[in-house]
Amino acid sequence: MSLFLLSLAGKYNYAIYIVLMMIGFYGVIAKRNLMKQAISLGLFSTGLFLFYISMGVVEGGTAPVWLTQAADHSLKDPGPYSNALTHVLILTAIVVSVSTLAVALAIIVNIQRAYGTIEEDEIRAIEEREHPEENVV
Amino acid sequence: MSFIDFHLPALITLLPLFGGVISVVLGTLVKPRRDLSWGFALVVSWTTLFLVVRLLESVVTSATGVVTYNMGSWPGPWGIEYRVDHLNAFVLLVVAGISAVTTLFARHSVDAEIPRDRSHIFYALWMFCTCGLLGITITGDAFNVYVLLEITSLASYALIAMGKGRDRRALLAALRYLILGTIGASFILLGIGYLLMLTGTLNMADMHTTLMAIPNLEGNRTVLVAFAFLLVGLSLKMALFPLHMWLPGAYTYAPSAISAFLASTATKVGVYMAFRFLYTIFGHEYSFNTIPGHNVLLACAAFAIVVPNISAIRQTEVKRLLAFSSAGQIGYMVMGFAIANQDSMTGSIVHLFNHAAMKGGMFLAVGAVIYRLGSSHVQTFDGLGKRMPFTMLAFSLGGLGLVGFPLTAGFISKWYLIKGCLVAGYWPLAVLVLAASLLAVIYVWKLIERIWFTERPEGAPEVSEAPATMQIATWMLILSSLYFGVRGEFTAEMAGQAASFLLEARP
Amino acid sequence: MKDQVVLRVITKLTVPFMIILGAYIITHGETGPGGGFQGGVIVAAGFILYGLVYGKPAMHTVLPQRLTDFLAAFGVLLYAGTGVWCMVRGGRFLDYAVLPGAETGAAEALGMTLVEYGVGITVATVMITIYDMISEREDGSA
Repeated sequence: MSLFLLSLAGKYNYAIYIVLMMIGFYGVIAKRNLMKQAISLGLFSTGLFLFYISMGVVEGGTAPVWLTQAADHSLKDPGPYSNALTHVLILTAIVVSVSTLAVALAIIVNIQRAYGTIEEDEIRAIEEREHPEENVV
Repeated sequence: MSFIDFHLPALITLLPLFGGVISVVLGTLVKPRRDLSWGFALVVSWTTLFLVVRLLESVVTSATGVVTYNMGSWPGPWGIEYRVDHLNAFVLLVVAGISAVTTLFARHSVDAEIPRDRSHIFYALWMFCTCGLLGITITGDAFNVYVLLEITSLASYALIAMGKGRDRRALLAALRYLILGTIGASFILLGIGYLLMLTGTLNMADMHTTLMAIPNLEGNRTVLVAFAFLLVGLSLKMALFPLHMWLPGAYTYAPSAISAFLASTATKVGVYMAFRFLYTIFGHEYSFNTIPGHNVLLACAAFAIVVPNISAIRQTEVKRLLAFSSAGQIGYMVMGFAIANQDSMTGSIVHLFNHAAMKGGMFLAVGAVIYRLGSSHVQTFDGLGKRMPFTMLAFSLGGLGLVGFPLTAGFISKWYLIKGCLVAGYWPLAVLVLAASLLAVIYVWKLIERIWFTERPEGAPEVSEAPATMQIATWMLILSSLYFGVRGEFTAEMAGQAASFLLEARP
Repeated sequence: MKDQVVLRVITKLTVPFMIILGAYIITHGETGPGGGFQGGVIVAAGFILYGLVYGKPAMHTVLPQRLTDFLAAFGVLLYAGTGVWCMVRGGRFLDYAVLPGAETGAAEALGMTLVEYGVGITVATVMITIYDMISEREDGSA
């Protein structure tokens, strides 16, 4: 048990991201309100971003920018810098996540206008009444 | 021309992107006219097809069989590299061809189903989706695959939701596809993240060499986790058996042209991605010998061949039936690459092409029925053979191809697949493939009987044939499936070369 | 929000600063934290705040819907157009080295700046469009 805790202490970022992801995943599966499902999807993605960024951390690292704080605009090597590749990948993934949330919200707004509700079980009940013989989506 | 030839890989992705953006710009500057957006989309998609054919020629005639293009002239593994070999070029041909033909079909059907002031945005989204699909197929960089996958997915969620004019269940189908698709893409992203952590690079070829150089690959748990995440994400995207539940809703309620387009391209590109990740990055040595990856895939594929086909028999709505049938056909393709010998992989790749042609043609024929009669319930098809003979003939020929009748393209792919099963010694699987064809016979025969051998019911509307553009598009796909069934050498040879390229590590 | 005097005054004071901050973040993305997406979102936040407090008709007077649609597509055209400009000048797609530039690194800076502007414009207008579409009522009013 102590060995497990010791090894966990060095890799706590992986444990945290797994916990966040699974909370989001649970929300997507278990919640009946469509807005809650969309928000849980965002939480799911956020855990993923945490994983990528924590992957690129370097001890004592900073941004890979040559500093020009001096008056004569001289360039200075900033020293060790965190892996910028993972940050750039996550920027793209964040944009993708925002766009997905936007599309999900637009569809949910349209569902509200078409059905009058955004609770999944009420929508299923409406569909069962109207189209009893087909498999409901 | 040499300018175009030099920049072919980039131009193939850029042309639909520009097309989509210019379509939006034109829509804001000019009042949306009825056929202007359609005409523009048609020009863009056929030009892209022409460029793809040129790329195919240059790949086939090149010395190494590979065409590369470095974005931004960043050298080697540090930049994003577009890498086209035989498998790529073949799938590109499928995607560009289906896009061009369905855009030809779309003129009347989109006019009937999408409000006129939205049509420029509709075609723009369609072109973005095409750009994403072509990009996934052509790129040689793992993260680029994820980005373009998301472009494709977002555009397709919106395109499917636009079917709400006809049936509001399109919205629920689109939302379910969105949630499941995002989870699948996130798993793929996770897998790519673990691979980045292991190898430090995102270029596919470089990833492979670095992965193979890792000592003790068999006991390395990170590689196993990456493989597992990627397998789950890819299975969701290509709608392999337990993760296929988004497929029926998404294909049924989407606009007719989009059903045909997505049914023929989205899952095929998913299968292509599985090829790339399992064979090019992990290498088939690792995927099938070091860890028993083929067990899981074969089990899922075996279920996928049987269960969705059984569901298809029970359906009363023809588009839903075709969607379940598509989920079954994906099982054939996955079985092909899970067995991993030359014949079965050739069968899998040829089936990619053939199924796109046949299923695309059948969905287009159903789209014509919806255009004329307003519904695609099985009862609408009663006695339709007399009123819409050409469309129904195309539909029936497509159905025969699904079953695997000789002289159609489906026969060629099933032939290679069964041969591959027998060569590898998997007797029960070959029997299963034949048994599943019998299941397909059941639902295809049910439809054919209704179309040709049932009397037209009282009060059924008197309708004429579908418009010319729709018929030309449908027959283009069906005739190509017949042509490549009778003279299957071209597709079989391309697929064979692609298969041997992927299997080249094996002696 | 007609009678919320404090909100209206503070909004009128801060919206210009928000837009300037967003533009600063867009242009200084190469040398510090920032870039097209982040700056674009802040610019959009400025406009959305204006729309929230003063009402949608006021926002539509400032930014008509057709302009937003056009700018959203224009930003993408700017980005892809820079790449094609590089192709026309002899390099590959997005090969900034062949762009005109006197000193070393000036060509790359020109290329990066243009694409960042493109991304910033697109992101800002798309965020404003998202707010516009989602806050619409069923009868089309604000």
